[in-house]
Order: sequence, then structure tokens, then C-alpha cells
Amino acid sequence: MKIKLKIWRQENATAKGKFVKYQLDDVSPDSSFLEMLDELNQDLIQKDDDPVVFDHDCREGICGTCGLYINGRAHGPQKGSATCQLHMRSFKDGDTITVEPWRAKAFPVIKDLMVDRSAFDRIMVSGGYISINAGSAPEANNMPVRKENADMAFDAATCIGCGACVAACPNASAMLFVGAKISHLALLPQGQPEAEERVLEMVNQMDLEGFGNCSNNYSCEAECPKEISVGNIARMNAQFFGAKLKSGKK
Amino acid sequence: MTKLDAKIPEGPLAKKWTRFRNTCKLVNPANKRKLDIIVVGTGLGGASAAASLAELGYNVKVFCYQDSPRRAHSIAAQGGINATKNYPNDGDSIYRLFYDTIKGGDYRSREANVYRLAEVSSNIIDQAVAQGVPFAREYGGLLDNRSFGGAQVSRTFYAKGQTGQQLLLGAYGSLNRQVHQGKVKVYARRDMLDIVLHQGKARGIITRNLITGEIERHTAHAVVLATGGYGNVYFLSTYAMGANGSPAWKAYKKGAYFANPAFVQIHPTCMPVKGEHQSKLTLMSESLRNDGRIWVPKKKEDAEKLRKGEISPNDLGEEERDYYLERRYPAFGNLVPRDVASRAAKERCDNGFGVGTGQAVYLDFRDAINRMGKEAVEAKYGNLFEIYKKINDENPYEVPMKIFPATHYTMGGLWVDYHLQTTVPGLFAVGEVNFSDHGANRLGASALMQGLADGYFVLPYTLSNYLSDELHTPRLTTKEKEFDEVEEQINERLEKLMNIKGSQTVDAIHKRLGHIMWDHVGMSRTKESLEEALKMLPELRKEFWNDVKIPGHQHGVNPELMKAGWVADFLELGELIARDALQREESCGGHFRQEYQTEEGEALRRDDEYSFVGAWEYKGDDQKPEMHKEDIVYEVTERKTRSYK
Repeated sequence: MKIKLKIWRQENATAKGKFVKYQLDDVSPDSSFLEMLDELNQDLIQKDDDPVVFDHDCREGICGTCGLYINGRAHGPQKGSATCQLHMRSFKDGDTITVEPWRAKAFPVIKDLMVDRSAFDRIMVSGGYISINAGSAPEANNMPVRKENADMAFDAATCIGCGACVAACPNASAMLFVGAKISHLALLPQGQPEAEERVLEMVNQMDLEGFGNCSNNYSCEAECPKEISVGNIARMNAQFFGAKLKSGKK
Repeated sequence: MTKLDAKIPEGPLAKKWTRFRNTCKLVNPANKRKLDIIVVGTGLGGASAAASLAELGYNVKVFCYQDSPRRAHSIAAQGGINATKNYPNDGDSIYRLFYDTIKGGDYRSREANVYRLAEVSSNIIDQAVAQGVPFAREYGGLLDNRSFGGAQVSRTFYAKGQTGQQLLLGAYGSLNRQVHQGKVKVYARRDMLDIVLHQGKARGIITRNLITGEIERHTAHAVVLATGGYGNVYFLSTYAMGANGSPAWKAYKKGAYFANPAFVQIHPTCMPVKGEHQSKLTLMSESLRNDGRIWVPKKKEDAEKLRKGEISPNDLGEEERDYYLERRYPAFGNLVPRDVASRAAKERCDNGFGVGTGQAVYLDFRDAINRMGKEAVEAKYGNLFEIYKKINDENPYEVPMKIFPATHYTMGGLWVDYHLQTTVPGLFAVGEVNFSDHGANRLGASALMQGLADGYFVLPYTLSNYLSDELHTPRLTTKEKEFDEVEEQINERLEKLMNIKGSQTVDAIHKRLGHIMWDHVGMSRTKESLEEALKMLPELRKEFWNDVKIPGHQHGVNPELMKAGWVADFLELGELIARDALQREESCGGHFRQEYQTEEGEALRRDDEYSFVGAWEYKGDDQKPEMHKEDIVYEVTERKTRSYK
């Protein structure tokens, strides 16, 4: 396949970026999108040009490291898939493909297509866990969990933390991410003792990081590689208001 | 030859760990606050170790090359985690898990370590459930189990095909809690470039900040490596792109022995290679072998027609299919251990029965769908089928999957004693980076178990035991001359790499290394192939140091420079793998020497000669390494020819 590329190049967080055009003449339809970029970089290195920097690691759709905005869509045109699982057969011979980084105030560009998503880690540090020490856990089957709840908790927990929800949202909101994390633990009996503090802390940190608010656009759900449901945002909101009322804070 | 002391506690096997815990030295809470620990790597081993050590009160610094600790490659583990709960009432016990692991490892692992692993396995499930890990459950609300290769009981706990992800997120949660409490500091996007020794003990590391390019110094009272395996030496593997052997290799060069490097696991069920553009191979979980049946055509003519696309696999009737695992190993069938299944697939393909490109066999769910219904298959394996469809553009509900073996795990690694300490005092190794528990072949669903056992339940005791003698060791400053020396060597090497300005990219040389390793040191090895590899590898290494081309600068973001460092180490590590494979004149587990096989083509183990751990000592860049032996002595286990028939 012949592919034309328009790729966002930016030296660092403060530099001004621009689109640069490239062309590849012999791309295998079986290669993944990232393998196509590998090929471009091999070319660029051989031409003494600066290769395009992008994040990637497991290349099997689970680590959440990769994330490119492809033709105006987070992770590209294929539903329910991360960039690394997108294959060139999803494009046509001769196509021009525009590649951008995630764009959000809370995800500053580091270089080219690589962004800083440490805001997600800080939200998780603020309360996204159950406080137990190694060695103190009770026997696992002492507490049965309704299968339906366990399955819903699992569905929420499959979030890979890639940030596509933020990139897809017109407000750069992180509420699908945070909602999934809150729901995962809120749906399980083990998560109950700290549920109120958790939702308050995490939502507070989310706001501090500069993510926008949800305005029911639902593009997050549409672009999520794990197809996490916006129902999780509703659950988070319900939890949040409940906790707020109980805590007596404004 | 130095005698390696594994420091295994006295007493009967089943009492050793209890005895150790009752007699090991402790550190009181006030003193723990004065002690610092470095953990490199944030997968299951690293994250669980860092969290547990911080819970005890130590000050922990954690390092990873990824942008977040949650992305370490444990996240990609699919199938499950073994534990001896015996919830299904099907006869499981600590002894049985121990025995299956020893047997699965082809009698090349250490009894005491494996017994301890089986002993703490149940605690891991308790710990994970309490953390909120959403394991699969039955309608009654209790935990569900499935079976895995090499076992006749159902002892594997799972969360669909994302068990590793869920367990890692649990450990990451525990880690985050300690970050919140100020007991752990995370350094993400750092590449560990070397270990610093002071007065013979590991006291720090030097890292490169992957954003700024800065070289940074860190000190501690002990260093824990949790940096995973070295399978990317084969270029194509199921590992993450960033998985590298460099921290282990630096440790080796600082005096830590490297044990059994030849024991590499080739996983039987991966998606086949398609072309030169390919950067990695994707695993299809072993759990699929619970319900999927593996086959190739009985007749070569049919295989050829399938390769040419003239017929579809669904055109072949039951009598025209060769379910070769069920035929050869009726007792275990499709659930034979990985090494056995991989070799059997290679044997069929080498003999002309392969499908697809010729290097593939079928994994078929037709019968499972007929038996359980499509919904039930989807509930169990839905996400795996989706992954397959995305990558191969074929619907596995309708046509059988095509699979082929690929490099997946390394049983070999840094030699550690019962305390998980390497031969360098103060340098510990947990999880895949150590060699200790899986012998010559790892059973499915045991990697997650080992990483978490080491981190949650073993290291907190054994590292405390070590640190109890370090109470009076003052904190080091990074101004010590040892740091200067190591940093100078690092800078020299980085400058040297940048200044080569040759004509071949890092990836191009890495791919060539991969071909040499796969063809000569892969699933089936001979004296000739290994000797050939030992000639080719030094030549390729020389070529690398004369002709590699790295763009950009030493400062700032430069992934090519980072990869170059890793590949430089892989080029040396590959040679050690070949050397170890050459000395081991037997076939066992993942190490198959063609010269040593039975008439039926099964592995021929030679217990009289090779019942030892081969631990290699670095002797200098231009010197041959020296091998030391740790004899494997079995008190309880009776060695048998491994049979799954």
C-alpha cells in the first residue's frame, strides 16, 4: 500500500508544533499502525532525519501506553481497539492519514506524539485503592460477591488508563477514567469501607489536574478501546453526591 | 569452582519456610524508618515488593522505564494464577502444586523454593481479593477455577483473559497507597544503567531520565531487581517492546551469577509470524487449550491445499484431522505442558503438515461451540477471540485459529539463594528476573503466582533478615567515588554509542540477532547450531559497535539510544544463552538438544550428569565466563521420566 502521512511534530512542551508530511510506498496491509510508524522511523533515521517519537509498549492492547489521534479519532477508526491493534488493512491504498498526540491541558506534549499522563497516576494515588497490608487479608471465599456485581466491577476494571476518553472529549474530561476506577471498587463489598473518602479524594484530584467536566457528549465511551460504559460516570456522580451530603462539606 | 550456598533452612521440606520465618532476624519499626530500599521494575514482583516493604516501614524508591508503574508487562498476562485453595474439591493440595511444578520444570528446580511457593499461593488469592481484584465468580458468589497445562486439577483463578492486568492493578493500588503515605517514591520513565557497589555491597543505582537524558544517582541499603525476563533477545516474542535484559546483565557484570540462561520458554499458542515488518508476537492464552482442540491435517496433500487456500479447514472431516496432542498424550491431551506442546507443533510443521504459511497449526473451537454454545464460549474467551480477530482479520468462531510457538518467558535468570539474594550482597532479584522456581519449564499460571509470592510474602522476610545487619550502615551520599566511577563508564559508553554514526539502525541489528537466536538457539538445538551461533554472535556484536546508527543526541528524548543500550547487552546475553545450551548435553524442559531424544522423539534428560543449576560468573569482556554448579538435591521428589501420556 501507498500511504501519505501528516504527523504532528513538536520539539518539547513549550515549542511550537507543526504538521509534517511523509510518504511510505510499500506498507503491508498486515502490519499494525505502529509497525507502519516503525518503518517510517527506519527511513527517517537512514535519511539523517529525526524519527517520530511516540509511546508504545506491549503492542497487544492492554498496557495503555500507546495512544494516537488518527484522522480525528482517538486510537483511529477501529472500534474497541487501542492504536497498537489497529492494522493498515483498515485504510485504503493512497490514503492520507493525519496523526496527532492526545490534546488536553492535563496531558502536556513531551515530544511529537508523546504526552505526559502522570495526572492519571496522581488521581490513583489520591485514593484509588483498598487499604490493606500484605498478610492481613481474610480467607478469599469468606465474603461471597454477587456474580453480576463482580462482572460489572471487572468490566469497569478493564480500563487500561490510555487517556483516549480525555482526548476524545470536547471538554478534555477524565470522568470516564475516574468513573471506571470508582465503580470498580464501589461495586465490590471490599471497596465499601473507604468508598466515600475515595470518591471525594479522586474527584478532587481530578479537578486539580485541570480536566474538564462531563457534558454528556459520550464520545469517551465511543472511543474507549475497552468500551467502558458511561454508566460508570453516572455511578461516580451518584457516589460523589451521596458522599458529599454525608460529609457535610459543600 | 566456588560452592554455591543456597542457604536452604534445615528440617523437613514442609517445615522449612515456617522454620525460616520463626528464626530469621527482624528489624524493629523505628529502625525500619532509617533504611532505604531501591526496587527496579513495577510488574507484579516489583510493585508487590515495593508496596509490602513500604507497609513494613522501609523507605522505598521505585523505578520503571514506562510512563506509569501500571504499565509493566505483567499487565499482559492473560490466563490466570495458580493456588492450592482446592475450592473445586478435586484433590489439590500444597504437595500437588509443588509436585506439578517440579515435574513441569523437568526436575531442574529447587525443592525448597518451589514448596514455599506452593505454600504461600493461597495467601496471594486472599490478598488479591481483599484488594478488589475482580476474579471470575460462580453464581453463588464464590470464586471460580479453571484448569491449565501440566495439571489434572482446576486450581487456576482468573479474570477472563486479563488476569495479569487485574492483579497488577491490585498491586499498583497497594503501591499507590504507599505513595500517598509518603513511603514510596516512584521514578517513572527511567532506564537503569548500572548498579553501584560500595564495600562489596549493592548500595545504589544510576539511571537515565528518559525525558531529559539526565544521568541520576540513587542510594539505598539494598537493591531489588524486578525487571523481568530476557526473551526479547529473540527480537520477536510475546514480551513488551521495552522488556529488556539490561538490569540483569549489569548485575551479572557486577558479580551476580547468571543461572540456566538456556532455559527459555517457547509458548505453543501464539499468533504466527506474518512478515519482516512484524515487531512482536501476540499470545493466545493457554486457557484456550481447555476447550480448543489442536490439529493439523492427516494428509500432506490436504495441508498443501490449505496453505494455498484451495480448501477451508472446515472442509476436512473428523477422520482427515490429526489431533496430534490427543493422539500422542492421551492422559493430558491438549493440556500438556508448554514445552511439549511447542515441540509437537514444530515437529508437525517441519514434516510438512503445517498450515497458513506452513509455520502454523489449528486451534479449533468447533466442538466447544457445539458442546457449550457460542455464548458460553464467548463468556469464557470473548476478549481473546476479539484480539485474534483484530490482528488476523478472521473470525475464530467460524474458522479455527492459526497458532505457532513463540518466545514467551525465561526460566533462567539471576541466581538467587533461598533468600532471593544474588551472589552480590544486598542485591536481590524477584519474579522472572531470578531463576529460582520453574526449573527448565514453567507451567501456565505460575508466573503471576511467583511474582506475587516473592513480592508480598517472601522478600519482606528475607530482605528484613539481611537489613537487620545493616542497621549501623550509614546512608551513602551520591558523592562517593564509586558513583563517580560508574557514571564515568556510563557516559563513556553513551558517547561511544552516539559517535559510531554507522549505517545500520538498532532495530535492523536486533532483528538479525533475533534470527540467529531463533534459528540456532531456539526450540531445537544441536552442538553444531550452537557452535555456529557462538561464531556469529561475536561478529554481529562487532558489527554493532562499528556500524550502528543512532540519531539525535544524548540529551533529551531519544528512544533509539535507549534501545541501543538494550541491544548491546542482548548481543552479549545471547552468547551466554548459546554457551549454556552447548554445555547442557541433555534435553530437559524448554531446552531441547536434538542429539538427546528418545526413539519416540521425547526429551531425554540425563540426571546423572546434568542435575545441577549452571550459574555463570562474569570474568571480563574478553574472558570466557566460568560456570559454577549448584547440585539439585531432592529429598522428597522421586525423579521420573516426565510423561504426559
